[in-house]
Amino acid sequence: MLTGNQNMSAVIHVKNLFKDFKDIRAVNDLSFSVEEGQVYGFLGQNGAGKSTTIRMLLTLITPTAGQIEIFGLELHRNRKEILRQTGAIVEKPDMYKYLSAKENIRLFSRLSGAKVSEKKMEDQLAMVGLADRMNSKVRTYSQGMKQRLGLACALVHDPKLLILDEPTNGLDPQGIADMRNMIIHLSKDLGKTLLVSSHLLSEMEMVADSMLIINKGKKVVEGKVAELINPVQPIVELITPDKEAALNFIQHSDWKHKLKSFTDGTIKMEFEKSKIPELTRQLVQQGIAVESIRPVHSLEDYFLSQTKE
Amino acid sequence: MFLQLLRIELFKIFRRPRTFIAFAAIAMIVLLVQFALKVNGKDFIQLYTDSQADTFDIPYQEIQNGYFVCVAVLHMILIHVPLLVALIAGDMISGEANLGTLRLLAGKPVTRTELVLAKFSASSVYVVLLLVWMALIALLGSLLLFGSGGLAIFKEDSIHLMNEQDVLWRFFAAFIFAALGLTTIAAMALMFSAVADNSLGPIVTTVCVVIVFTVVQQLKVPIFEETINRWSFTTHMLGWKGFFYVEKNAEGITIDGSIENPSSLVKSGLVLLGYITLFLFITIRYFKRKDILS
Repeated sequence: MLTGNQNMSAVIHVKNLFKDFKDIRAVNDLSFSVEEGQVYGFLGQNGAGKSTTIRMLLTLITPTAGQIEIFGLELHRNRKEILRQTGAIVEKPDMYKYLSAKENIRLFSRLSGAKVSEKKMEDQLAMVGLADRMNSKVRTYSQGMKQRLGLACALVHDPKLLILDEPTNGLDPQGIADMRNMIIHLSKDLGKTLLVSSHLLSEMEMVADSMLIINKGKKVVEGKVAELINPVQPIVELITPDKEAALNFIQHSDWKHKLKSFTDGTIKMEFEKSKIPELTRQLVQQGIAVESIRPVHSLEDYFLSQTKE
Repeated sequence: MFLQLLRIELFKIFRRPRTFIAFAAIAMIVLLVQFALKVNGKDFIQLYTDSQADTFDIPYQEIQNGYFVCVAVLHMILIHVPLLVALIAGDMISGEANLGTLRLLAGKPVTRTELVLAKFSASSVYVVLLLVWMALIALLGSLLLFGSGGLAIFKEDSIHLMNEQDVLWRFFAAFIFAALGLTTIAAMALMFSAVADNSLGPIVTTVCVVIVFTVVQQLKVPIFEETINRWSFTTHMLGWKGFFYVEKNAEGITIDGSIENPSSLVKSGLVLLGYITLFLFITIRYFKRKDILS
């Protein structure tokens, strides 16, 4: 029974976390909180420090400095209690290849300290689509099947918190879609809290409620995905067959300060979404045909803008 | 939780085909030795009795019984069994790191000390089973093939003769002592295994250490006898032989149930226990602090 009393709504609370490997600082003063029931996206390029942070959350790596609280309890003093309520996939889910899926899930459920019935294990394997292959040796599995088995093993003891490190790595498009649906199901239907790391930003955009972008071990930005995708001043992309006329009008009007770029016949401007109808009206009044005008600020653009050198 | 972990470790050991290589190798060696002694047993005994044969008649037929063959088998193979133990114990932690399952294990609600102790205990169970298997085919097999009788043991300058009813307990004691010696090897291999992220390194390192100390011990030069060999685990692992050396009374008759040098046996046992404790301590201390990056 977890009885922490701090940050009760924050399932994970990380404060001023550092990790040094000899002279390399892999994680640099990282702080963040994951609220209960959230899908929390943990984004960063390869080598940004995502896996190192996740390994610290699972006590695989000892932090150089900083505090980690999970379920309101200090991690290293309450390791067993916390890990009993946590399931994880760390990088690629390597299983015992010489055992079957069923033997693997049985083994990991026992390691989790939970009493799980054979029926529950079979149901879990069925949920990830491995019902037909549960008695096959894992060495005969594809990468996608191993990933799904990893998820089943992480879920078998019904944890409150799931930590998934790059869960879509090595999956084909169908596998990625299945994993995305599974994450949404676990969060929305089963009420689990998920911390999901990825460098596939489009995937995060679809599943995460909040996210943290890190670069070189440091926090770049943290916030609600909806707010990060739709900032107050998004980039607006204008496509028109009357490029010269449109550019001339913009450069000689109040809109000139909003102009960001004009390349390959596409005009990019930066202003509030609410002003899109006004610009459209003025362009039409000038007799300029508007093919399309839309905000294009995606998470990917945002991510690249935040992590570029 | 510890017993659960031990069960899991044993399950993993005995689901891997490589585990049974050692059992097959032992069976093959024992059968070859038994076959050789069945065909050329007299020549074999003559090798060891050259000096005594000049003094008195050696009753070759009586000497060559199941007990004698079993001791011969133990002499020949116990020196090589550490290699088979290293094959499993050296893989216990590093093999998991190589497979990528160590991070799954270490991220579960079990302490690293429990993990090391479970792996060490599983390796010890493997050692015991290996010796039980050896006892079955070397002792029972030899008794079936060669029959029973009193046991004659040739030492450098003497022959130790034991009555038939005084022999069996000595085998049990020798097997238990051999288990202690091989468990020392398992603890050492596990220690190397905790450091590495692939199996080959710890297995080869363990084998090399055993070979180096065995060579140093067999050189029998004073400089090594008075220093390294006094404390070398390879020296003390041979303590099992002590159970087959008996005391004699004033008339030169062997005393049933006696051991020639019991204090030496106790010392060897304690030294081996000391090594096991030391290797385990180092393994736990290192593994508890290890960053699992595999």
